[in-house]
Amino acid sequence: MNGQKALEYAFPAIALALGLAAWEAAVRYFNVPSFILPAPSLIFFTLIKDWGTLSSSLYVTLTITLEALGLAVVGGVALAILFAQYRIVERAFFPFAVVMQVTPIVAIAPLLLIYLSANEAVLVCAFLVAFFPILANTTLGLSSADHNLIDLFQLCRASRWQQLVLLRLPSALPYFLGGLRIGGGLALIGAIVAEIAAGSAGQGAGLAYRIVESGFRLNIPRMFAALLLISATGIAIYLVLTALSHLLLRHWHDSARGREA
Amino acid sequence: MSLVDAIVPAKVAPLAAPAAPLVSLSGVDKVFANGVAALKGVDLEIREGEFVSLLGPSGCGKSTILRLLSGLCNPTRGNIGWRGEAPQIGFVFQEPTLTPWSTVFGNVWLPLRLKGVSKAAAKPQVEEALERVGLSGFANAYPRELSGGMKMRVSIARALVTRPAVLLMDEPFAALDEITRTKLNDDLVALKCGLGATVVFVTHSVYESVYLSTRIVVMAARPGRAVAEIAVEAPLPRNEEFRLSPAYAEKCRETSLALCAAMDMPPPASCNPGKVRS
Repeated sequence: MNGQKALEYAFPAIALALGLAAWEAAVRYFNVPSFILPAPSLIFFTLIKDWGTLSSSLYVTLTITLEALGLAVVGGVALAILFAQYRIVERAFFPFAVVMQVTPIVAIAPLLLIYLSANEAVLVCAFLVAFFPILANTTLGLSSADHNLIDLFQLCRASRWQQLVLLRLPSALPYFLGGLRIGGGLALIGAIVAEIAAGSAGQGAGLAYRIVESGFRLNIPRMFAALLLISATGIAIYLVLTALSHLLLRHWHDSARGREA
Repeated sequence: MSLVDAIVPAKVAPLAAPAAPLVSLSGVDKVFANGVAALKGVDLEIREGEFVSLLGPSGCGKSTILRLLSGLCNPTRGNIGWRGEAPQIGFVFQEPTLTPWSTVFGNVWLPLRLKGVSKAAAKPQVEEALERVGLSGFANAYPRELSGGMKMRVSIARALVTRPAVLLMDEPFAALDEITRTKLNDDLVALKCGLGATVVFVTHSVYESVYLSTRIVVMAARPGRAVAEIAVEAPLPRNEEFRLSPAYAEKCRETSLALCAAMDMPPPASCNPGKVRS
């Protein structure tokens, strides 16, 4: 069992290592200049060498992403609860939520940059893309509580508040967490897209701005290093949210349950 | 019928007027919003301490009667009259319908919690209910760790925890295997005798209805209506002896024939009870 588990982790690690080795070898063998394709080792050294600049950019992007995600959670859940309590509100506002979702964020970003400061615009963009999956999933979850349980609550003369807290919110939790995982990834993408839009106007200091800047300066290794950090951030967000989901659902939800041998 | 009618109300509720049923439905019609007539002209009286089974094919409005009795919906026409105030009701659904995010304790506590009883204050009652269904020691288990039969026991404990005077059960054992169902039937008979509650039990099963009931109401579909009543005189509690007795077999035959008639099936000479079950 343990050996098998180790193998499960070993195979993707070996594949990754082989890929990187092939990349390194190809760059060295064909003498590819670093402004076209830097070797993995050079990217790694650049990451260390420029860590001062890159880490502060990472901090900026990460802060904006998490702030946007936090706002999206608060806003999405609050609106979903409002929707679930008053269907008329859902009727009135859901179309606007859909419009926000289907309009490409990259098309809205320049407009937002006119009205808001660069940092605010980036925050709003990241919020807008993270908001919808959380709202839509939580709304679905709140309305998919077991009908018999709703009957039971009615039989016990439960108040609306009791029904919300003891039945609808727990029923919605797995749906919300699914939306959160999508929203977490999208918040980062929204932040990066908005930073690139803002960066071309010479603003901002996030990772995407570093990419644009490095592109202008033909500093391709640093471009890759920034890209690497963005990927790592996305993976970290995903892993943290997956762990959170597992932690909250492990006792009862099928998604978090291991197969009983 | 005579035995149960005459003795039980007088014994269980000596202060009440002996003839007054606990609840009576008179001329009840139920038409759903989509125009389907679920019930038409149902007259039904349920006396205190009875175990009444509603037996009939799908769509005959058995479950609708339970929903009407519980107050989850109102009749389109006709009247539902309780003797005095509507009593505390326990409802057991076809599925266990437990909240998967709470433990067994949390699930059984729920009806009390909704009435504002704290966890500590509810503990003795929850433990008593769990003991009654044979699940002491499982308070901290989560529903997914339990078998189908145990989940149904939790569901019954949840219905019992408020000490209801009336227990409404909507095909609670339909999804269980035969062996588990037989065991739960035995336990339900014992439970009913221990509590002295009135039970209205919806079922598809002729055997189950005969084994459990003091009275069986046979229903027909389209529109849903009561077409026959069969009294099962054998005294409660019952056990395996009753299940193997000729009286039981004869009652099953009688009930099956009534069900055949309710379903407009020709009652053949060999109307085998085993063929009627759905």
